[in-house]
Amino acid sequence: MEPQPGQEKPHLPPPSLWPIGFAIGVVCILVGLIVSWPAAAVGVVLTVIFGFLWVRDVTTGYRRRDVGVEPGVGGPESATEGAPAIPADRGEAAMPPPERGETFSRNVFLEGATLGLGGVITGIVTVPILGFAIGPVFQHQHHEEIDLGPISNFKEGQYVVATFLSNASEGEISRRTAYIRNNGFLGTKPSFTAISNRCAHLGCPVQPNGPMFDVKKVEQHTKSGPVTLIPTLPAGGFGCPCHGGQYDQEGNRTAGPPVRALDRYEFYIRNGRLSLGKTYSVAHVDGAGANAKIQKYRLTGPGQHVDGVEQLLYPLQPPS
Amino acid sequence: MPGKRSRKEEMMRAAQYPLDWLEERSGLIGGVKYFLFRKVPRDSGWWHTLGSATLTAFLVQLGTGVILAMYYKPNPNGAYESVQHITNDVTLGWLVRGMHKWGASVFIILIFFHMARVFLFGAYKYPRELNWIVGALLLPTALLEGFSGYLLPYDQTAYWATVVGININGTAPFLGPFLASFLRSGSEIGGDTLSRFYSLHMLLLPGAIIGLITLHLYLVVRLGVSSPPWSEEAAGRERDEAPAPRGAGLVSPAPRGAARRPADG
Repeated sequence: MEPQPGQEKPHLPPPSLWPIGFAIGVVCILVGLIVSWPAAAVGVVLTVIFGFLWVRDVTTGYRRRDVGVEPGVGGPESATEGAPAIPADRGEAAMPPPERGETFSRNVFLEGATLGLGGVITGIVTVPILGFAIGPVFQHQHHEEIDLGPISNFKEGQYVVATFLSNASEGEISRRTAYIRNNGFLGTKPSFTAISNRCAHLGCPVQPNGPMFDVKKVEQHTKSGPVTLIPTLPAGGFGCPCHGGQYDQEGNRTAGPPVRALDRYEFYIRNGRLSLGKTYSVAHVDGAGANAKIQKYRLTGPGQHVDGVEQLLYPLQPPS
Repeated sequence: MPGKRSRKEEMMRAAQYPLDWLEERSGLIGGVKYFLFRKVPRDSGWWHTLGSATLTAFLVQLGTGVILAMYYKPNPNGAYESVQHITNDVTLGWLVRGMHKWGASVFIILIFFHMARVFLFGAYKYPRELNWIVGALLLPTALLEGFSGYLLPYDQTAYWATVVGININGTAPFLGPFLASFLRSGSEIGGDTLSRFYSLHMLLLPGAIIGLITLHLYLVVRLGVSSPPWSEEAAGRERDEAPAPRGAGLVSPAPRGAARRPADG
């Protein structure tokens, strides 16, 4: 009868020192490949010789028993009879029968210790990783004022498409566009309208509904990087190419899906130069130009209501 | 000719020896056989292949994606150029990219076909509800793969579609703004957004899909394939079939009617 798989004793190869020589040969090859070809050749010779000796040693048991059969075919089935049985005083059989209380308390302790320690280690590893992943959500991003150059480039009453880098170190990815109009003076202070081109629906870039005067383009290099100013006449206000949102010249929604008016930039005038600060959200603008009354809110993502009942859906905003 | 036959038998044994060796130490051969050679209802047909087709589409995405990752550069200044390089310069790059791009749609479409089949056959009912739930988790994970992969070519379409997609997430009540901020990696889209999407697209989401598919298949193997609704065999009734031949070899099944081994099972 053939032995059943479960009853077979493991066949252990006899102890052999040849693998050490084999390993030295492999190392010689690897070192020789870098250092010198003769050393590699010596390594090949060593590897072949010791490999042969090792294989011969390991297969002694098989070859002795199965003369005439193809090597390797005789397999473990025929080689098992020679292996010694595991004595009864070793392995599982040597274990004393468990005593109830003691065994279980130790088991429970070890189980708890393993789980608890594993939990602590998992926590120690996971918390910083998660923090690393979601950290940016809770961090304020650095905003630099954007220098758009001298205000003499902004003709009174004319909209200008200003493109600039919001963060020159990040490069082209930070390119932004604002629609800026010089409203003249309000009393003694100069007044500007600086509208962000980010649509209040889902953030596509709104376009002026009217001609752009490319021949009057002004390209300049300020401390904020390259700034381009192109005069435009948005007679029909602004429109979004993505889903058709429409706005008037003050950025108020006139049609389409947007939920509020276009965002605006804070602006400053320093030494006769116009610079843009942070953006803020606008629910609605009453009036026009220098006399406009802007219902200003903190910057909110596109598509989110800043006023009315719907603002209750967005009670918290991540820092911007 | 007895001599010749024994020679052939010896050859068979020699060929089977490595497989038997593997089986004895790992049980893998038996495991694979258990996984692949399952009994299915007599009247299961082509409709039941939609799941494997979906799996195949996913494997194509895995293979082509790994190769695309060898050439793709996930930084805002190099992403578009590297995709152009893949399409125009790399040998067969146009083909591999095309397989990945169109295969993505095939994957999603097949998911919906597979889901429709399971729904219309009522195969989601007891005891397979959990497998439907796993599938319902696989669907959004696969859709997220599509969303995160869409940004990677980094052309105008990719950029603005992602802007809109992220802002749609932002309009979800209460946590939406934070979700959008997480996807953007801050309040503005920038270089970190691209590498974040790349990481999600090629590490986190595929890992999740592989895990969920493993669970999905485990349940399929455990619960078996359901009969189609027009099956004439009453569900759950014992079938009087001939018992499976026992005593098969580890690798190749014994011939029909072979004598059973006494100690086997």
